[in-house]
Amino acid sequence: MARAHSPRRMLITTIAAWGVALLIFFPVLWMILTSFKTEASAVASPPQLFTADWTTENYAEVWARSDYPRFFWNSVVISVGSTLLGLALAIPAAWSMAFVPGRRTKDLLMWMLSTKMMPAVAVMVPLYLVFQKTGLFDTRIGLVLALMLMNLPIIVWMLYTYFKEIPGEILEAARMDGASLWNEIVHVLTPMAVPGIASTLLLNVILAWNEAFWTITLTTVRAAPLSAFIASFSAPQGLFYAKLSAASAMAIAPILILGWFSQKQLVRGLTFGAVK
Amino acid sequence: MGKIVLKQIRKSFGEVDVIPGIDLTIEDGEFVVFVGPSGCGKSTLLRLIAGLEDASSGKTEIDGRDATNLPPGRRGLAMVFQSYALYPHMTVRKNIAFPLKMAGMSQAEQDRKVEQAANVLNLSNYLDRRPAQLSGGQRQRVAIGRAIVREPAAFLFDEPLSNLDAALRVTMRQEISELHQSLKTTMIYVTHDQVEAMTMADKIVVLNAGRIEQVGSPLELYNHPQNLFVAGFIGSPKMNFITGEVAAQYGCTTLGVRPEHMVVSSGGPWEGVIGLAEHLGSDTFLKVDVPGLGVLTVRGSGEMGLHHGMAVRLGPQEGRLYRFGPEGKALA
Amino acid sequence: MATQSSRLAARLMVAPSVFVLFVWMAVPLAMTLYYSFRLYRLLSPDRSGWVGFTNYLWFFRSPDFWQAIANTLALVGGVLALTIVFGILIALLIDQPVKGQGVLRILVIAPFFVMPPVAASIWENLFMHPQNGLFAALARGLGAEPILFLESYPMMSVIGIVAWEWLPFATLILLTALQSLSPEQLEAAEMDGAGAFGRFRYIILPHLTRAITVVILIQTIFLLGIFGEIFTTTQGGPGSASTTLPYMIFKQAIVAKDIGRAAAGGIIAVILANIIAYFLMRGIGRHLDS
Repeated sequence: MARAHSPRRMLITTIAAWGVALLIFFPVLWMILTSFKTEASAVASPPQLFTADWTTENYAEVWARSDYPRFFWNSVVISVGSTLLGLALAIPAAWSMAFVPGRRTKDLLMWMLSTKMMPAVAVMVPLYLVFQKTGLFDTRIGLVLALMLMNLPIIVWMLYTYFKEIPGEILEAARMDGASLWNEIVHVLTPMAVPGIASTLLLNVILAWNEAFWTITLTTVRAAPLSAFIASFSAPQGLFYAKLSAASAMAIAPILILGWFSQKQLVRGLTFGAVK
Repeated sequence: MGKIVLKQIRKSFGEVDVIPGIDLTIEDGEFVVFVGPSGCGKSTLLRLIAGLEDASSGKTEIDGRDATNLPPGRRGLAMVFQSYALYPHMTVRKNIAFPLKMAGMSQAEQDRKVEQAANVLNLSNYLDRRPAQLSGGQRQRVAIGRAIVREPAAFLFDEPLSNLDAALRVTMRQEISELHQSLKTTMIYVTHDQVEAMTMADKIVVLNAGRIEQVGSPLELYNHPQNLFVAGFIGSPKMNFITGEVAAQYGCTTLGVRPEHMVVSSGGPWEGVIGLAEHLGSDTFLKVDVPGLGVLTVRGSGEMGLHHGMAVRLGPQEGRLYRFGPEGKALA
Repeated sequence: MATQSSRLAARLMVAPSVFVLFVWMAVPLAMTLYYSFRLYRLLSPDRSGWVGFTNYLWFFRSPDFWQAIANTLALVGGVLALTIVFGILIALLIDQPVKGQGVLRILVIAPFFVMPPVAASIWENLFMHPQNGLFAALARGLGAEPILFLESYPMMSVIGIVAWEWLPFATLILLTALQSLSPEQLEAAEMDGAGAFGRFRYIILPHLTRAITVVILIQTIFLLGIFGEIFTTTQGGPGSASTTLPYMIFKQAIVAKDIGRAAAGGIIAVILANIIAYFLMRGIGRHLDS
């Protein structure tokens, strides 16, 4: 806004905004602080925000007791793999919907979204059996497929809303210039949509990374990602707060850091057409 | 070579006939302007020629070849869009080279042609900029450059000047005319602005509701409009139409008098009061309220010394009358 | 507005996505439908056969079922209400010129990056735990009895946790929409004599309609299937006080090992989702047309 605000008002809003932001962030902060405490000071009463005996012991122990690198790598492969595969399918689909809309385009989009409304639990048993039968159970490729399909509607929708902002005349110009459909998409549409594609990619990596139902249901050991890793730590509830916090921090740290660094790109495309 | 022949071209979107059926021949090297009010189908007709739309029926021939089913990129035509449609992520150089790259031309050849086009269009200093860093006129030139390098059989322009301000529009209009004179390539130009049509065209095609109202040179249309629509559309300010008794005196249903053919003189047959006088210095425009005839527009040259509220007598210049029959057709 | 060939190309390019999604939806759905009419218990594998609507009737006769439906709707509705109301308030707050806006946004967005099992376990253990939780310590510090969140208010606790997870998403979408509002509109309203509330009610809120629509649509899609947060915290209890439909199905499948019943519950859940989807698309889908 162009107008000047009095310093007093700015001070008040700044304090209020920071208060609210810290409140929202506090659970994550508290978890991180706890992860550096000893088990005794983690449950000390009254609780200590800071402790005298900081330790990285919890991280060392979680690392030693579990195969963290394998879980981590599985998470990376599954979230990035499913997103890239999803984009490969969704870019042409979104091109069609955005630039050659028909009477039923909107219905098709809504149908795609409605497939996401089917509760995963409802089809858990059949999918478990299908995965067992086809040898996809507990494989990374199986999870890549499952998560890709789970997020495909969201990817298509995000790209669709983004593509719609690109003037169709530019693609027609490419067609006049002799570009084939492939060249039109690769040399003109995709480079123009880079911000939207980046944002879609980020959001879906985050969604896939944090997915915790299929990853736990469809894996046991080999393909289990970090969501399964943390589930195994939740079992001894209330006993080892510091270690639980350390394991939690290890599970969310990669995506938290990625999210923070790419925050601008993520937010830019995260409108789902909410802004005209 | 760019002779374009349309045979019974028809286009409907669903139930609606946008173009009910058009026959048109555009000779090689001609500058043809499609003009008409918005929604008259002129842009659709251009897009049909470009291949960006399919005709519902009919045939398109380019250079004697049937092009009806050719995709846009294979018709050998180049198009300049209203929004310029430059590729925002490419530099000017890459924009202009894009059609050459798509045609699989060698890099050296691409560079040579881009340099050449940039010279012609005064873009040499801007080749490494992005479209967003250019002014409207420069963007327009890049769009034209991208069309030129292909050496197309014909250029298609879709209201290319409508996003420019008035002064720049005049300059670009002249540039495009000069370009046509030097290239001697067929150009098809769509506009709703009859001034652009009159100043640029060898041949004007006046369209209305998807139909061709008249085809002819600018002066043919000005001097011999075949119907009321063309008479009203061509010429600025608009022709005065007079109906009723006065028209009957001249043996027609509607009598047309262009504002520039109205004469203010004490011997004029009609008397009225000036409602509005616009003094441009070189010209004076009057709106004269004549009882029984309505408001007539008069264009006089120079300063006329007339003002709002004055009573004047006026009449048509003899031999400059347009007479139309009951169906709106011009009478001989 | 396109040619025959580009329309054909468009169909071909949308086909793979439609096909895989159709298979992904139809195959499990068909299998679920099949099982829902069968007797299929993992604990007694030899007894099997067609049982008609018995599995469905079991659900309709179970008092837990209606509770589960109510809980499911409460979860969706409660989280939507909380995230939209607080999302708008927070968006209005951080849209103001404040110091350190970039860092603020990073703090506010953080819960979105926390995976559900971790979010649930942080809240359950570090905050809501009756002995060691921060809330209990706070209550003791004030001389009050610690609240047994997950025992006394299980559904509200779950709604609170899920709302915390989704608040950043709602806030970000609403903030983006808010930032697209031209200041001139607000200034014009101010010239016309609108006060702060008037400006919010007649200018800002209508401007946010589209964004709110999007938040409702996307969040509902995710909220209908919420499972992990309940599994980690209350396990649907105490009793069935926080059992939602997905969780009830899960209990039939995994705890009771009755695949037939779980499948019938699955079909009911799908029908419920479709009813909600229908009203959602009809009621708010038009806001999305541009």
